[in-house]
Amino acid sequence: MIGLAAVLLMAMNGRIAGISGILGGLLQLRRGEVAWRAAFIAGLLAAPVLWLLVAGPPHIVVEASNAALVLAGLLVGFGTRLGSGCTSGHGVCGLSRLSPRSLAATAVFMATGFITVFVVRHLLGGA
Amino acid sequence: MRSTLFAFIAGLVFGLGLLVSGMANPAKVLGFLDLAGAWDPSLALVMAGAIGVAWPGFLLLRRQPRSRLGLPMRWPTAGHIDRPLLTGALLFGAGWGLAGFCPGPGVVALGAGQPGALVFVSAMLAGMALFRLFDDTRRLR
Repeated sequence: MIGLAAVLLMAMNGRIAGISGILGGLLQLRRGEVAWRAAFIAGLLAAPVLWLLVAGPPHIVVEASNAALVLAGLLVGFGTRLGSGCTSGHGVCGLSRLSPRSLAATAVFMATGFITVFVVRHLLGGA
Repeated sequence: MRSTLFAFIAGLVFGLGLLVSGMANPAKVLGFLDLAGAWDPSLALVMAGAIGVAWPGFLLLRRQPRSRLGLPMRWPTAGHIDRPLLTGALLFGAGWGLAGFCPGPGVVALGAGQPGALVFVSAMLAGMALFRLFDDTRRLR
């Protein structure tokens, strides 16, 4: 479904389904760029509502503390803009396009993700 | 108008995909990132599945001069691997590993009314705005 959505957005709108890029572009309020971006995000927000109506509350467990969530949000927001992509843009769309740039980015954020979890869970004993 | 509708549908399908696969659940994402713990490799299959669908799709679309709605095909053009790319990915990976949220799942969890997701997404937007400030000053120099 994730792959299908990415193909759909490219086929219809000619756009790459990179969430951080779509969100980041929304902050700039450029003419002609707002409606489709806002609609895509609205679709993301509507998905759990539809899910709730059909299948009941989705299973989402947040383990991190508020302080960790703030720090994580800042890192993810800044990092995805600096690195021009996240798991969807580089990880799914980029690898599907066989982009070496995306492969490098994906390798780095995967490795850093593994290392961070190792440090937090096994060296520090939980966040 | 129709492009807005299709963007909404694409977002909806993407969000449902994240929910079906468990990607929208940070606890599961952290389980995947925890190689030294009870490693849950299932999310690697989710990513492989998504790529397996998008790869042939993109291959066919590559030949299209315009989208089905007549819009230009905006394929990313940057090809070089540079320091901002790698530094950005490094920071992103650290944030991802800290909370188990990346941008898409954060927004989906926000739609599900998760208070933690509200904290994360607010901070993420602040981080993006901070990047714009940083980028603007970098350009001025």
